[in-house]
Amino acid sequence: MNGRGFLPVYIGLACLVLMAPIVIVCVLAFSGQGYLRFPPESLSLRWFAAFFGDGRWRQSLWSSTMIALIACAISTVLGFFAAYALVRSDMRAKKMMLSFMLLPIIIPHVITAIAMYFLTARFGLVGNVVWIGLCHAVVALPVVVLILLSAMQAVDLNLERAALSLGASRARVLLRVVIPIALPGILSAALFAFLASFDELIIALFLSGARAQTLPVRIWNSLHLEIEPVIAAVSAFLIAVTGVVLLVDGAVRRLRAPSMAGGAA
Amino acid sequence: MSQRMGDPALMILPAFALLGALFVVPLVWFFIGVLSEESPGEMIERGVAVLSSRAAVTALITTNWIALLVTGVTLLAGYPIAYYLAMSTGWRFAVVLFCIIVPYFTSVIVRTYSWMVLLGRNGLINQALRAAGLTDAPLPLLYNKFGILIGMSYVLMPYMILTLYAAMRGIDPSLVRAAHGLGASRAYAFWKVYFPLSLHGVVSGSLIVFILAIGFFITPALMGGPSDVMIAMLIERAVEITLDWPSAAFMSLLLLAATLLLYAIYYKVTDVRRMMGAAT
Repeated sequence: MNGRGFLPVYIGLACLVLMAPIVIVCVLAFSGQGYLRFPPESLSLRWFAAFFGDGRWRQSLWSSTMIALIACAISTVLGFFAAYALVRSDMRAKKMMLSFMLLPIIIPHVITAIAMYFLTARFGLVGNVVWIGLCHAVVALPVVVLILLSAMQAVDLNLERAALSLGASRARVLLRVVIPIALPGILSAALFAFLASFDELIIALFLSGARAQTLPVRIWNSLHLEIEPVIAAVSAFLIAVTGVVLLVDGAVRRLRAPSMAGGAA
Repeated sequence: MSQRMGDPALMILPAFALLGALFVVPLVWFFIGVLSEESPGEMIERGVAVLSSRAAVTALITTNWIALLVTGVTLLAGYPIAYYLAMSTGWRFAVVLFCIIVPYFTSVIVRTYSWMVLLGRNGLINQALRAAGLTDAPLPLLYNKFGILIGMSYVLMPYMILTLYAAMRGIDPSLVRAAHGLGASRAYAFWKVYFPLSLHGVVSGSLIVFILAIGFFITPALMGGPSDVMIAMLIERAVEITLDWPSAAFMSLLLLAATLLLYAIYYKVTDVRRMMGAAT
């Protein structure tokens, strides 16, 4: 670490390596050729046309979106109540409860997916979009709880006490005080919950069957055959969805009161 | 929920109900359902046979070896980045954080695919090397352990950096300045003051990366060669290809136990609320 020259050079290179794969895939998606060469000799939208023009890819886009919306709705609502309970309740073993709720992102997805498949197959629910959404809510829940835990800590307890002492019910306090103040955090949590499901592969791989293949599942299946440029277009689309989520999240964070802003990630 | 001043503890129940019904019950049911088909004696015998089979032993060695390498690579490469992040402000901070966050929230399958495009036989790196006249034959960068190492290190790097950064942010920079003031060189002050204070982040970051690495599936399955089988891949194959549910259950049980044991250590040494750079 001695010498001022080395670290900035290394950081520059590291940022390049971190971003290069993502940037290159986005550029390749606009390639005019049928093979992957960088930089592309000509640019076109043909691979996006191939993506959106193919009924099966469109079906996957639809499945992915529906599953992610269901997972997002369920995990955001349940995660909100759980985070509120963890922040405001006097119960013991809160750290233990939180660690339990984080297990779905710690335990290897392969194990979770196989166990879920074992259950799903018995009930004949393989390929059921609502069911996959529910299962995805399990892995989106930890994301929601982690984000809302920090957002909720910024809500002034005195405001809630004041409302309660003036005769408001707990439900009313939540609706009129907590939710409005925590709304930016709730929106962030919902966005990342959507993304967690939209990008999830392993659980979807086991549960989707032939009927409800999501975009990551279809990319997975295609990658076993050949690396074709249409995958670059689908990947660029998924990267764009991530980009939109990060942009909206950034805008939402700016809406927060200055006392609550100042966070980084 | 409508009680007046009551404790809101019960509000945690819906989340627990979801996790119970779709996470705990499936796991318990899976293990009991698959493993109770035989008598306990036969079951133990079978478990020993599965876990001491050549495929399982090889996969366990590969898994631990790759997870260790990935932890080492992400730690060595990520430490200076986290350090820079903790030391900088303004646009520098924003740019570096951007370069970490964008890959972090990009789908694992997309990140794996992009490295396959780069590392393949006719991939972009081999194209560039040949165009520059550095190699005649394409270098074997993909479908081997090197490919897995690059892909997994890339995917897990943000976890390492954000965990290290969370620990480094709490280090008081005036301590290092004080060491300078007392005559310590930059290197000496770093090693004797800063680095020991960041060790907590090093342990947390290494644990979380190792925990996630031993259960990895997508990246090694796509970027590894035929002989590079990690334990999660063996479990998936047992279910999807050989339909050998008991083998899958025994290997899952072992992987689950290892994961939970390491997670318990992680729980002891770190604040789970800050997991993976949350709450930063």
